[in-house]
Amino acid sequence: MNYLYFLYIEFLAKHNIPQLFGDLTFYIIPCCIIFAALLVVVLALVLFERKLLGWFTQRKGPNRVGFWGILQTLADAFKLLCKENITPKGADRFLFNLAPVIIFVPVMIALGLIPYSSEFTFMNFQTNLLIFIVIGAMPVLSILFAGWASNNKYSLFGAMRSVAQILAYELPIAFCILSVAVLGSSLNLTQIVYAQSSRLGVLGWFALPCFIGFVITFICMIAELNRCPFDLPEAESELICGYNTEYSGMRFAIFYLSEYAMLFANSLLLAVLFLGGFLSPLGKFLSPIIFPPEISGVMVYFEQAFWLFAKTFLIIFVIIWIRATFPRMAQFDLLKFSWAVLLPVSILNFFLMVIFKYLTGGGYV
Amino acid sequence: MNKLKLNLGPQHPSTHGVLRLILELEGEKILSCEPDIGYLHRGMEKMAEKLSYIQYLPLVDRIDYLAGFFYSELLCRTVEKALNIELSKRVKAIRLILLELNRMASHLLWIGAFLMDLGAVSPFFYAFRERELILQYFEKVSGQRMMNNYFVFGGVRRDIEFLEDIEEILKILPEKVNDYEKLITENPIFIQRTKNKGILDKNTAFNFGITGVNLRASGVELDFRSGDYLYEGIEFKPVVLDGCDSYTRYRARVQEIRESIKIISQALEILKSEKDLNQNLLNPFTLSLPEGEYIQEIEAPRGLASVYIKSTGEKTPYRFKWRTGSYYSVNLLRKLLKGAYLNDAIAISGSLDIILPEVDK
Repeated sequence: MNYLYFLYIEFLAKHNIPQLFGDLTFYIIPCCIIFAALLVVVLALVLFERKLLGWFTQRKGPNRVGFWGILQTLADAFKLLCKENITPKGADRFLFNLAPVIIFVPVMIALGLIPYSSEFTFMNFQTNLLIFIVIGAMPVLSILFAGWASNNKYSLFGAMRSVAQILAYELPIAFCILSVAVLGSSLNLTQIVYAQSSRLGVLGWFALPCFIGFVITFICMIAELNRCPFDLPEAESELICGYNTEYSGMRFAIFYLSEYAMLFANSLLLAVLFLGGFLSPLGKFLSPIIFPPEISGVMVYFEQAFWLFAKTFLIIFVIIWIRATFPRMAQFDLLKFSWAVLLPVSILNFFLMVIFKYLTGGGYV
Repeated sequence: MNKLKLNLGPQHPSTHGVLRLILELEGEKILSCEPDIGYLHRGMEKMAEKLSYIQYLPLVDRIDYLAGFFYSELLCRTVEKALNIELSKRVKAIRLILLELNRMASHLLWIGAFLMDLGAVSPFFYAFRERELILQYFEKVSGQRMMNNYFVFGGVRRDIEFLEDIEEILKILPEKVNDYEKLITENPIFIQRTKNKGILDKNTAFNFGITGVNLRASGVELDFRSGDYLYEGIEFKPVVLDGCDSYTRYRARVQEIRESIKIISQALEILKSEKDLNQNLLNPFTLSLPEGEYIQEIEAPRGLASVYIKSTGEKTPYRFKWRTGSYYSVNLLRKLLKGAYLNDAIAISGSLDIILPEVDK
């Protein structure tokens, strides 16, 4: 990040623009980068999911628009862009229009908190992790707005289920993340990643000592993302589409795309917390071996980003696999599962991790 | 808490635009359910009074588009019995094979649609993949995939061919059904969603006139195939399970597929030994039933289907009445959905295997 900052200041200095201007406008750059990257990633993810689901169910998936169906999501988005935006009668117009606007905000902030490589975090605070937890629960606000403002009973049901679900699943996730913070002795994501580094690669990852926490976080993450088998808020066969029933055109597209953006952001977090983030699973980076020494310093950063994205896509693949396999859970079993099983186990896991940390004194590998 | 009135359907993805359930809710709990039917009414019974028997025959497939063979068989059977026409062994075997294949196709579709209602995507496609084999066979034999119009009064439209296709279906299906069972039957979420949900006890089932798999899954051994003349000399055991819930209804249907496979392989043996078709076709233009009332029944995939014809000796029936299984299942929703939760409502109504064209006729 500093790298980018100095580059920008240097560029401005060449054109005789004062540094104050650079300091003030610099933050637009990461915003633009995140937004552009997000759009590409989300469009790719939608295609990824549709292709995978197609293969799981013995179909070909989208294969008409562009080579291998690559442009399919772009075409869908363009079609939705051309559609009329309908506001239903009796809807709360302000909230109804506000909901799709604010649903993208938390995910953009969340993506800014992730360390993509050792030197590349858009917002590197000491309490990155804490902010992420807070931000992660924010989309529910937008869902609640959408469900309430739509003046539709199905939407309302979807919104209510969503709120109940996120309340129930936010607590276990907090305890699991806390145990990771204990293991890494930090609330900063970059330092948590470094705490997972070891000569043995995979063995240093927190997914091993904190395996229970990893599984619980994974389950809760799926629940928070409203994905199968926890996709009750938007259960198509029951609630039609839940909170976004009444949305049409680009507003619907924004809801649809934001789900994938949240999926991506949460998978990134999971990879960072438990799967060693940008660390190589082999224990050391390959680029000093592959590339000549002049550029290997920069190529390491790219390699780090590659490992992080590889882990993220592995997680996303598993989530899609789960979607292809399981039916939907029932509302009350879902809440019972969280309060009666996940929460106690995650608290237990937290204490286990504290004891583990005390016994090993940090360097256990 | 305030009561909330919710229209489940007709424009709802799970009711396919043809069923409306008026639910009274307290939170997500259903206080009462009022099924509103008639969105797919085509006047099947009134039409019969205006058309001659042969004109009406192609239409009856549409009463239940997923099990069309059963309804054309039922009409053919009524006419044949009324005129005392004996069918040859080969014709009987042909009809039996097609009926049971149709039953399997219907149950396969049900498995897919039911799991879709529960939110699982894949089983739908897997079930359709196997159903496709059967439909392709129907297409080869009768030229049509669904509205086959293959049975005629006194026989079948033409002789059956491509027996090796049936043998292949019989070879593939058991493996695939095992696959479904691996994917679905032991799935904890599926069990959670269906076990002890939508309990239909014996007395309720009798009171509501439930027949077919739904009744047999409540522990009543009532299978109209046992007394059926097509099934003479065929060994089979009605699937009777004592669970009364959605889960048992699912298991009963899966077992019925296996049972159908056994029936078909027996009928294939008959088909191979009886080479002579020996049809006894009626002249459709002079066809009329003698004065009187005629009733016949058949075990359709969705319960007992029966037909009542009152004839005055003319070319068209005086009064025509269908009895279909789904009609009674829809009525049962009043009882089963009371006290259930909203997201069980779809699961329960799905488990009863309701086909709306059969209800509205």
